[in-house]
Amino acid sequence: MSERSDEERLDAAFAALADPVRRQIIARLSRGPATVNELADPFAITKQAVSRHIQVLEQAGLVTRTRDAQRRPVHLDPAALERLTAWIDSYRLVHEHQFRRLDAVLARTSRDTSPKEQTP
Amino acid sequence: MTTTTNALTLDIPAGVPWIDFTREFDAPVAAVFEAHRDPEVVKRWLGPDGYEMEIDEYDFVSGGTYRYTHHTPDHGSFSFRGMFHTVRANDFAVQTFEFEGMPDEVAIEFLWFDDLGDGRTRLRGRSVGRTVEGRDAMVQSGMETGMAQGYDRLEQIVTAR
Repeated sequence: MSERSDEERLDAAFAALADPVRRQIIARLSRGPATVNELADPFAITKQAVSRHIQVLEQAGLVTRTRDAQRRPVHLDPAALERLTAWIDSYRLVHEHQFRRLDAVLARTSRDTSPKEQTP
Repeated sequence: MTTTTNALTLDIPAGVPWIDFTREFDAPVAAVFEAHRDPEVVKRWLGPDGYEMEIDEYDFVSGGTYRYTHHTPDHGSFSFRGMFHTVRANDFAVQTFEFEGMPDEVAIEFLWFDDLGDGRTRLRGRSVGRTVEGRDAMVQSGMETGMAQGYDRLEQIVTAR
């Protein structure tokens, strides 16, 4: 099996989440594992169609299926979702950190020079 | 001192090579400008968390140059260099920005210091890369750093002030 790059995994994950049905499936799974039947329940589409959506999510590495159990419940892979949010947030995170430090520097400067009135 | 944190607005539109940010500060424009001008102060806030900043040169005036290195906790280092094209006190700055690990991928960074008139300042920035790919790579390098910092830091952030 060839190792997929982070880039390819992100592409697959974002592509998988571009579909509203698959996003709802992910939302449902965030509350706990569920079988294909349970996942198909809220949708006005066939169980086969839902199965295909789950396959896409599985290939994107977002969900896993227990192999041995009869019910074969679908589980969310929290680490995969975390990779997604990290990709979105981390650039922001670095800048947030930086500007919070600037906040602290500025607060100190104003304390040292002029006693400024408090902002509510 | 306030207990709330001013929100950072980032705009990273698809298909164009720039990134926009806006951030307000509970400090007068002169103080925010000074925090960008004085290298000893810059050292205290610029760059990723937990990195030590070493400044070789930093001359925040029109035509001035800068070069600095961020040292990571695991002894890695990243150096950056560029030139301040125009600097107008308490108003505006535009500079070049190059990560030495990606030579020739020079970005142009615009910075506006908006005096909000009530002892508060709005900082607006636009960083324009050479290509969309270059810009995305820059965001991605932020990703690596962000991931290195990890989510365990999120808690520190939300409880910081």
